[in-house]
Amino acid sequence: MKLAVPILIVLALVPVVASTYQTQLLTYGLTLAIAALGFNLLLGYTGLLSFGHSAYFGAGAYAVALMMRYLGVSSMELFLLGGIVCSAALAALFGVVCVRHTRIFFAILTLALSQVLWTLAYKFFWITGGTDGLRVPFSKLTLLGGLIGFPGADAFARFISFYYYYVLVVFCVCTALMWLIVHSPFGKTLQAIRDNETRARFLGVRIWRYRWLAFLVSGIFTGLAGTLWVPLNGLTTPDVLYWPQSGKIVFFAVLGGFRNFSGPIVGAVLFNYLEVYAIALTEYWQITLGAILIILVTFLPAGIVGTAQRLSAKFK
Amino acid sequence: MNLLRTEALKKHFGETRAVDGVNFTVNEGEFLSLVGTNGAGKTTLVNLISAFLAPDSGRIFIGDRDITHASVEERIRAGIARSFQLVNLFDDLSVLDNVALAIFAREGKTKRILALAERDAAVTREASDLLGEFGLDGKSEGRAGGLAQGERKLLDVAVAYALRPRLLFLDEPTSGVSTRDKAQIMDTVSAVVRGGGITAVVIEHDMDVVFKYSDRVVVMHEGRFLADGPPGEIRQNSDVAKYLLGTDV
Repeated sequence: MKLAVPILIVLALVPVVASTYQTQLLTYGLTLAIAALGFNLLLGYTGLLSFGHSAYFGAGAYAVALMMRYLGVSSMELFLLGGIVCSAALAALFGVVCVRHTRIFFAILTLALSQVLWTLAYKFFWITGGTDGLRVPFSKLTLLGGLIGFPGADAFARFISFYYYYVLVVFCVCTALMWLIVHSPFGKTLQAIRDNETRARFLGVRIWRYRWLAFLVSGIFTGLAGTLWVPLNGLTTPDVLYWPQSGKIVFFAVLGGFRNFSGPIVGAVLFNYLEVYAIALTEYWQITLGAILIILVTFLPAGIVGTAQRLSAKFK
Repeated sequence: MNLLRTEALKKHFGETRAVDGVNFTVNEGEFLSLVGTNGAGKTTLVNLISAFLAPDSGRIFIGDRDITHASVEERIRAGIARSFQLVNLFDDLSVLDNVALAIFAREGKTKRILALAERDAAVTREASDLLGEFGLDGKSEGRAGGLAQGERKLLDVAVAYALRPRLLFLDEPTSGVSTRDKAQIMDTVSAVVRGGGITAVVIEHDMDVVFKYSDRVVVMHEGRFLADGPPGEIRQNSDVAKYLLGTDV
């Protein structure tokens, strides 16, 4: 918490001091961090490992693309609303199926349901564009109720600058909200369920109901991330619904550490840089990421932030 | 007056008659010990009453209300709480949060999603006071998982007690602790429970503890009641001496 203000000041200065490309990279990182925050409400705080969060990320992304293509919407605020509604509806539905199970059964169910969605996006190509996907050009986008638009050929740098601050504000609101949630009686109840389901039940806690609520909130955050991500990417394809996307979200949490609040945020931002630079460095970039994952699980199971916290506590 | 009553309560596991047609009563305000050898059916009986297990047949009443088919939540609302044989805590939460969570649950506040738990002054104060009663006030900020075994046992009881039940089942609150800690735990538990006007049923193996703290002792053997009476009477019971103490009176 002490670091929040200095970090926020540094983040606010990024578009001023960094290149458009670096600002764009960090914008990607911040959108992914919102997904990681949502994902970790389930993994870190409720003890449920989802391998299907691509479904909600994709729901948010496709909500934007479909609204733009078929309804002619250009307002980012309406996209956010649409993304939240779509991901919430999907998470509410999938949650009913999944939260009655735990461990491997929960993970497999979430994976299977997300792949159903991937298949639909892939097969219903006359609506979704199939493997070609749907374009979401930034030039058609407006921010703040139409006050800011990005027409013209040289608008990309301007778009990145404005969009970075837009994403940063949403990221800050999401982080504050999630902080409040995990420190609320509801958040403590989730942690109690994670630690000892039987005892929580014998305090009168309706386990499934709380897991479902956590699933819903988690899905909404991840959907919001997908909504913010797609104008930046300019395109959504069925790949965002495919299981490797879910694997990436798991990677964020493992990289940063899922037993602390800021771990997944750090993990998401760092993963984005790792992926980009690994791709630039070698065509075998998946091997690089795989090796990092093995090293993390073997030597740093608490993740980067978790390990840093342990070390700092040791030397205090 | 009977607070709890069971009628011909039965639970069999295959050929094993864990609870075999038991008629059990607990009177308002008493401190009752349920004793018996391992496998006598004590924990199964408590599991049936607390809805951890469903009975094969028989009925359970709290007051005049039939709770045989009531859910765990309904039984908690009816005033039944329990602790477990193996300490059952939320190890990664603080000691204070363990108790506070039980209070939030009792008050129906666990659904509050956009309010800081620690800002609820009434709950925090009650949790702190309760930890004080159990002698754990100096440990409130530490992780529950970091407590010593005796402290964990006390916290286990404190969490159940925080629900302010009418009837509290304590499953072996002194198992696995030293003789000195046993006395300390039972002194504390007995004082808090009696002070709070709560009816308690304690499953216990240590007969010295049983005879010292109980108003009434119920002895189980092979799923049935062998004896039921005040400690002095149970001490003189020849069947109890034979089956439980392994001696003749």
